[in-house]
Amino acid sequence: MSAAHVVERIDFDALLDALARRGYTIVGPTVRDQAIVYDEIASSMDLPVGWTDEQEAGQYRLRRRDDEALFGYAVGPHSWKQYQLPAEVKLWRARVDQDGALSDVTEPARDTPRYAFLGARSCELHAIGILDRVLLGGSHTDPADSARTQDLFIVAVQCGEAGGTCFCVSMKTGPVAERGFDLALTEVLEERRHYFVVEVGSERGADVLAEVPHTQAHGSERDAAGAVHARTASQMGRELDVTEIKELLYRNLDHPQWEEVAERCLTCGNCTMVCPTCFCTTVEDVTDLAGDHVERHQRWDSCFTVDYSGIHGGAVRGSAKSRYRQWMTHKLATWHDQFGSSGCVGCGRCITWCPVGIDLTAEAAMIRASDREGTSAPGSGSPSMIRASDSGAPGAPGGPK
Amino acid sequence: MKGLEDLIADASVFAGLEPRRLALIAGCAGNAHIRAGTMLFQEGQPADRFFLIRHGAIALEVHSPGTGSHVIETLGEGEVVGWSWLFKPYRWQFDARAIQPARLVAFDGACLRAKCDADHELGYQLMQRFASAMLERLQATRLQLLDIYGDARTPA
Amino acid sequence: MHAPQLELSRPGRGPMVPAPFEVVAKRRDTVDTWTLELEPRSGELLRFAPGQFTMLSAGGAGEVPISISGDPGRPERLVHTVRAVGLATRAICDADPGRVLGVRGPFGTPWPVEEVRGLDVVVAAGGIGLAPLRPALIELLSRRGEYGRLVLLYGGRAPDQLLYGDQLRDWAERGFEVLVTVDGAGPEWLGHVGVVTRLVKRAELDWTTAAAMLCGPEVMLRFMVTALLDQGVSSGRIYASMERNMQCGIGHCGHCQLGPTLVCRDGPVYRWSELERWLAIREL
Repeated sequence: MSAAHVVERIDFDALLDALARRGYTIVGPTVRDQAIVYDEIASSMDLPVGWTDEQEAGQYRLRRRDDEALFGYAVGPHSWKQYQLPAEVKLWRARVDQDGALSDVTEPARDTPRYAFLGARSCELHAIGILDRVLLGGSHTDPADSARTQDLFIVAVQCGEAGGTCFCVSMKTGPVAERGFDLALTEVLEERRHYFVVEVGSERGADVLAEVPHTQAHGSERDAAGAVHARTASQMGRELDVTEIKELLYRNLDHPQWEEVAERCLTCGNCTMVCPTCFCTTVEDVTDLAGDHVERHQRWDSCFTVDYSGIHGGAVRGSAKSRYRQWMTHKLATWHDQFGSSGCVGCGRCITWCPVGIDLTAEAAMIRASDREGTSAPGSGSPSMIRASDSGAPGAPGGPK
Repeated sequence: MKGLEDLIADASVFAGLEPRRLALIAGCAGNAHIRAGTMLFQEGQPADRFFLIRHGAIALEVHSPGTGSHVIETLGEGEVVGWSWLFKPYRWQFDARAIQPARLVAFDGACLRAKCDADHELGYQLMQRFASAMLERLQATRLQLLDIYGDARTPA
Repeated sequence: MHAPQLELSRPGRGPMVPAPFEVVAKRRDTVDTWTLELEPRSGELLRFAPGQFTMLSAGGAGEVPISISGDPGRPERLVHTVRAVGLATRAICDADPGRVLGVRGPFGTPWPVEEVRGLDVVVAAGGIGLAPLRPALIELLSRRGEYGRLVLLYGGRAPDQLLYGDQLRDWAERGFEVLVTVDGAGPEWLGHVGVVTRLVKRAELDWTTAAAMLCGPEVMLRFMVTALLDQGVSSGRIYASMERNMQCGIGHCGHCQLGPTLVCRDGPVYRWSELERWLAIREL
C-alpha cells in the first residue's frame, strides 16, 4: 500500500463527526434482531463492538468476541443495494382526469440523504460498482437512480476475518479493496493498542482525514495491516473455480444437477433479497379507491416467483428447476454478456441465508466435475437415458448408440 | 424370451415381410428401455433412429414458452415412433416423452437406409408399410384439427 | 443489434413517466382485437423504427408492451393493434376516441429493412404477429425498387380472425406476393387452408439469398424457420420478433431475460442464428 496513516481507536469518532459536519447521513453496521444489519450510525458505539458472526450454509449467528473490535465480522443479510435501489420506490404520482389523461404528474423530490457508507467491504465495493453499471450504464437511465448515489462517500473496511461462506478471493473481489473508496481502514488489535491503518482513496477522503487526529504510518504498522489482509485471504470459507465459467454453464443448461438442486430449492427467493447485485424490480400502478389518482411503484422482485416470467398463456419458467437455473446462470454466466462482468462478488450471503443451505459454489463444482462437453446435443437419448439390453438376437450388432 | 426378429415380426408395420428381410432389419436393431418421464428425443436434435414400442406409451409433444408442453398424440404397443430419420435433414420435428416406462426396439436409421439403398425390394416393402402408417396418422390428425368437440367460435 | 439512438426522453421527465396520447380513431379488427390511432397531447411526435414497441397504459390499469403497427414515415399518428387478453389490454381496447392513454418509448431493436436491401424478402406472420410486421411492410413498399421479390406469408386461425384484410389486397397490388392461409374455414372461404409453413413451398423467390422476417407464436416461428432452412435460407438472414415478460422497457427490471439477452434492449427483433441455441432449452 502507498502512503498510509494511523488513527487511534480513541479518535475514531472524530471521523464520524467530520462526516456529519459535511451533512452526510452515516450508515453502517449495527446489531439488530440478532444480526448485523445496515442502519444510521451516530457514534462508534452504535457499531457491533466486540461482536463477530458465525456463518455456514443456512446458518448465521452472532457471538461475542474477546476483544472490542469495531469491524470483527463479515457481512450480514443487508447490503448497500438498499440505498442504491431501495426496496420500494414511488416513481410518480398523478391525477387521472375524466378522459383518462394523467395530469399533475409529480415525481418525488430527489431529496435522498447524502450517504456516507461506513464499513463497506471490498466485495461490497465491487457490488456497488456492478449495480451502478446495471442502473446507469445502459442507454436509458432514470435520473432518480443516479441522484441516489452521485454524492456517496465511502469509508471502506479491509476485512479482518473472512466469513464462513466467503469466496471473494475466487471472484477476485477481495479481501483487500484497492479502489472505489474515499478512505479505507484496516483495524489492528494488539495487546495494548487498538488502531486503524488508513489509506486515502480520494481528495474528499484526504480532506475528511485532515480533520481527524492521525499520524503517518510506520513500517511496522503498515506490516501489521498487511498481516491482517493476508490472514483474511487465507481464511476463505469457500472456493469457486471461475475458469471459463460462462461457457461451462452455457453448455450444461440441461445438466441433471439442475433437477437435483430443484428438489431442495424452495424458490423462497431469500438469495435474491440478500444478494448485493440482484436488481430485479417489478413495476405496479396503484389507484386510489375513487380512481382519481394513480401512483407508479417500483418494488424489489425475484426471478424465483412464478409470475416473474409470465407471458400470455403462463410462466415461461414454471418449474423450480428452471427458476434456480435462471438465477444461478444469470449471476455467474449471462451477466457477463449483459453487463460485461460477473454478477457475483463472492460475499457468500446467498449460501448463508438459504434456508436449506444451497451453495452455488458446490453446485458449480458438481457441474464442472461432470461437464457434458463433447457429448451430443442435450437429451439426445445418449446411453445414460436409454439402456440397451441386447436380449436374444444372435449376432445383432450395434444397438442404439 | 423372444429374439429381436420375432419381436419385429409381431409388429403390424412389419407384417408380411419374409424372414430374410426381417433378419436384415433386425441387424439394425437393439432392445432398449426407458423410464417414465424421460425424453426419448427432442425437437431439433439429429433423428438417427426410430423406435417400435413393445410395452408402454410415448407422447409426442410440442413445447411452448408460457403454455408449456402440449401433447399432440400418444403412441402405444406395436406402434412406430419417429419418421424423421427417413428424410433429410434427419432432424426431429417434435419432442417424445415416455409417459409410462417403456420397452422399445430401437432401430439405427442410417443402418436401415443403407440397407434399403442396397436392396431396393426391401426399401419398397418398407416404404409401403411406412406410408400406410403415415397415411393413417395424417387422416387421424385431420380429424383432430376439426376440433369437433369445441363450441362454434370461442375467442382464444 | 442495438436500438437506434432515437430521441425519447422528454425534458424533465424520467423514462418511467408516460406521455399522454389521445385516441383519435379506433377500428375493431376481430372479435378481440382493435387498432387504435393516437396523437400526442403534448405535440411531441414519437418517431420510431419498424419493429419497435411502446409501453402502453390506460389510466391505472397497468402497462403492457405493444408493438407499433403504424407507418414509420407518418409519426404524427401512433398506431397500435391490441388484443384484449388481460386487465391492461382490455382497458386499452375499451378506450374510445377522446380517451387519453399513457405511452413510453419507443423501445427495442427494429426490423433490418436497411440490411436486406437488394435481397428477396419473405415476411411471415402468424395471427396477431402481422401487426409488428406492418411497419416493415409499409417501409419495404415505400422503397419498392430497393428490394428483390417481396413475399408475405400470413396464417391465421380462421377467416374472421385475419387482420388488415383490405390492406392485404393493397399490398398485393403494390408489389408484394401475398399468400394467406387459415387453420380452418367454412365453404365461403376460397383461399388456402392449412398451416402457414405449407405456404413456403408455394412462394417463388431466390431462397438461398433471401432474407426472412418472422413474427407469431413461438411454436410457429420454430416450424417456420425449419421450413425456411429446408428451402435454403441462411439462418443468418432470418429475423424474428420475440416475446417475453416486459415491464420497464429500459433494461432495468430484469424480467425480459432470454438467455444472455434482454428482449427490451437486445430485441424484440433478433437474428435467428443468435437465438437458436437458447430456444432449444426448455423453460430457459
